[in-house]
Amino acid sequence: MLAAAVAASTSAVAPHFKAPILDYHALAPEIVLTGVLGVLLLVDLVVGERERWATSTIAGIGILAALIPVFTLGVRSHPGSMFGGAYVVDNFSLVLKALFLVTGYVVVLMSSNYIEEGDYYEGEFYFLLVSSLLGMVVMASARDLITIFLALELLSIPGYLMAGWRKRDVKSNEAALKYYLLGVLATAVMLYGMSLVYGYTGTTLLTGIGAKVGGSLTGHPILSFSIFLVLAGFAFKVSAVPFHQWAPDTYEGAPTPVTAFLSVASKTGGMVAILELVYVGFLNRHDVWAPLFWALAALTMTVGNLIALRQTNIVRMLAYSSVAQAGYMLVPFAVAGDNVKARGTAFEATVVYLLIYAAMNLGAFTVVITVARKTRSGEISSYGGLFEYAPGLTVLMTVFLFSLAGVPPLAGAWAKIFVFRAVLDSGTTAAVVLGVIAAVNSVIALFYYAGVAREMWMRPVPDEDRTPISVPPALAGALAATVVAVLAVGVYPNMLVRFGEISSLVK
Amino acid sequence: MNAFDHWALGAAVFLPAVAAGLLLLVPRAQETAQKAVALVFTVATTGVGVYLLTQFDYGNSRKLQFVVNNRWIDVINSRYHVGVDGISLPLLLLSMVITVMCVVYSWNHWPEPHNPKAFLILMLVLETGMNGTFLAQDLILFFVFFELVLLPMYFMIGVWGGPNRQYAAIKFFLFTLFGSALMILSFLALYFKGGQTFDMVALQHSAQTIAHSTQLLIFAGLFMGFAIKVPMFPFHTWLPDAHTEAPTVGSVFLAAILLKLGTYGFVRIAIPILPQAAHSWAPYIGVLAVIGIIYGALGCLAQRDMKRLIAFSSVAHMGFVMLGIATLSPIGINAAVFGMVAHGLITGMLFFIAGSVQERFGTRELSRLGGMLVQTPRMGWILGFCAMASLGLPGLAGFWGEFPAILSSYQPAAGLSLALFRTFMVVAAVGTVFAAGYLLWMLQRAAFGVPKAEFADAHIHDVHVPEYIAWTPLLVLILVLGLYPNLIFHMTDGAVHQALRAIGT
Repeated sequence: MLAAAVAASTSAVAPHFKAPILDYHALAPEIVLTGVLGVLLLVDLVVGERERWATSTIAGIGILAALIPVFTLGVRSHPGSMFGGAYVVDNFSLVLKALFLVTGYVVVLMSSNYIEEGDYYEGEFYFLLVSSLLGMVVMASARDLITIFLALELLSIPGYLMAGWRKRDVKSNEAALKYYLLGVLATAVMLYGMSLVYGYTGTTLLTGIGAKVGGSLTGHPILSFSIFLVLAGFAFKVSAVPFHQWAPDTYEGAPTPVTAFLSVASKTGGMVAILELVYVGFLNRHDVWAPLFWALAALTMTVGNLIALRQTNIVRMLAYSSVAQAGYMLVPFAVAGDNVKARGTAFEATVVYLLIYAAMNLGAFTVVITVARKTRSGEISSYGGLFEYAPGLTVLMTVFLFSLAGVPPLAGAWAKIFVFRAVLDSGTTAAVVLGVIAAVNSVIALFYYAGVAREMWMRPVPDEDRTPISVPPALAGALAATVVAVLAVGVYPNMLVRFGEISSLVK
Repeated sequence: MNAFDHWALGAAVFLPAVAAGLLLLVPRAQETAQKAVALVFTVATTGVGVYLLTQFDYGNSRKLQFVVNNRWIDVINSRYHVGVDGISLPLLLLSMVITVMCVVYSWNHWPEPHNPKAFLILMLVLETGMNGTFLAQDLILFFVFFELVLLPMYFMIGVWGGPNRQYAAIKFFLFTLFGSALMILSFLALYFKGGQTFDMVALQHSAQTIAHSTQLLIFAGLFMGFAIKVPMFPFHTWLPDAHTEAPTVGSVFLAAILLKLGTYGFVRIAIPILPQAAHSWAPYIGVLAVIGIIYGALGCLAQRDMKRLIAFSSVAHMGFVMLGIATLSPIGINAAVFGMVAHGLITGMLFFIAGSVQERFGTRELSRLGGMLVQTPRMGWILGFCAMASLGLPGLAGFWGEFPAILSSYQPAAGLSLALFRTFMVVAAVGTVFAAGYLLWMLQRAAFGVPKAEFADAHIHDVHVPEYIAWTPLLVLILVLGLYPNLIFHMTDGAVHQALRAIGT
């Protein structure tokens, strides 16, 4: 009888269920990362305390291995689309997957000495790092509300844990708790918005939503409200003002490599989701999101920069600076709806900004980690006279800071120039005003970036301790990779701009 | 065009950058190796300059030569477009020669806190920026090189400068950056209004369709960017501070080359691309220029510090250059380019001497100095020679920058007010009298008489060997150009006519 019931239920379900056709090549990066996760857990279980460093190596190699299919997919000409269009592997997703994986690799390099010498759990740390990375890689391909939500949770939850990794430190506990509570709140808001969007459009597919939102549902007030809610949820993720309050405390309290990871990879993850939602899902409702982004961008740049001016701790300063940088990334969204040309250039501007921002911000954090190995301090004053005993690090930090400030011929200048191009392509008064706000902000930002440079080059050494700083090979590798990227893109921006062009979701 | 011609300009710009990269690899302790690398590469760069000088087609100096025009940033139609014509060639060579001389001069006296490696790297990066600015034919490329100059100079002043260095460094930085911001805004306006191109040559045609009122605004933005760099009155206040605090070599670079980037910008970009706006703005530029001449001279008369005096004299001399430019006449602009080269050589020399004086006497206070002709006769005579050159003595280079500039304001471009420009002429002529006054006064206080009691018994070394090597070429050039100014004029004349083509002279 049981058998009959099972047979009946199977036969009842069978006609509805069609096994999805999986494109294993397109899924290879995710599969590799999942494999790495398994290996990490097993190795951590098997090896002794002294050999735990192996987990760092495995994570690093695993992440690089996941890059291989990204390249082979890049060579493959046709995009892959699965689950009825909910999961797409196109140029956009490949460019961002590569960015996430490279960022993840650099973060592993930054972490290996920090985590090992700080006597923290190692295997678990890399397990969580790779999990979060898997979430980001999925996010780059997600074209469906549920997939986006899954990816977001997968990339966020390990982040909450990693922020509290220095568990004997009150600040680290505060960091994790604040990040977690506000993160959950934002998720709730966003989910509510998503459920309303689904309720009105009857689909979770972004392309489907795009068709509905432009067509029969134009101008429905509840829909406008739900778009607002969804975007506000992601504004938290990218720490846009006024959803930024968690960022400085979390960034300061979390272990510095985790801070770098959150401020680059996690922020990029949120930005990718916004790109997908805005340009595929809600494109035709720019009357709702353009003013929202205008306000977010203007506030985020200005508030971030003004508070950064007053910081005395380098990590907090970089935290507020990264809030301000998110503001520049949001500027193109505010002008994207104005005309077709601006839409294309705005999309490119954000993608190019993300790519360049990753290199320069990771570089700056790597220098901070390296210097803190000697000074054991995060105060900006502890950088006094750095040039006298660590000239190489000083030059690197100067390059990263001035790149963040947008001084040519460093990469950051091009990031800003592409934002301004989008603004001018739009040409409306509102856009130009926002452009002026961005320009004024770039000058304000120069003050605090140059302030650190002045401390390093022109001030005396505070404690007269001039022993050189030893740079472990892993950190040296991270520094080399980021500085080469910043300088090469600075001299020949074309090579990066191409990624912006080919990855466009705007047709 | 042989194969090297294609690479020559690239080499002129990037050889110093390559040297800077190599220096990074030389250990900090091996100072001789660092100096050798810097010297070899700067001399090689100058060699490229001499090669350009021999291969340059002087009959065709209006035309850009050794052009390289490659793809660079496709999405904004910005190209790696470099070329040299009669206006950029003398300035390029000036920049190359001055850099070599600065390396030689520094050989044995490095300003505190020492660290020759970093100092040399900054010099080399600076040279890349300067040479690139003189060769760029694309606005974005120009902007990148123009900005590249900023950072090394900021650090040079801020790290190796005098007691008030941090204030001077940030003041220099912010003034220039403010100008650059307005300048890039004007570049973008030219791009969007002038046919979506940043190419300077193409813009000379395509920008002519821009409405006159818009042109006036764009020109105003360019004016701010360049005038702060020159610096013109009333934007000059950063200059005395920067010069006073900068290390000797920094002052020399600043006076000899960096100020010229501003005036060069007028001649290369603002006037050829926006001739009508230039015509409308010319009287105002002329007014500021003559105010600068008189104000700079009066400022000099009030100075007690030798270096600060020379800094103010730069404001006056650059006033003559700007007056020449404001006439928009071929004589005026030829004079301006000559004036740039002459001022670069002469004021560069004066700053070298001021640095050497500071090093020997530990002070630049003119009231404490005196009797250099007795105590260090050679240096005293060199100071006298440079002071004469600077006040515009015929037969020395300074004369050919000043005299034709004054002459040209007798007959400015058609349509400009004759009465106004002739008034400028008279005022500028009075300015030359002031110039003679303050320079001779400085010479008198520093070199004549007997040494003051505090230095009377001190052993003060006369000119060192590295100083001889660094100074001789500059002194020879001051004399040769003074005796045979056509060396420069026959290069510049064709290009100047090309630049003024649209003004109809």
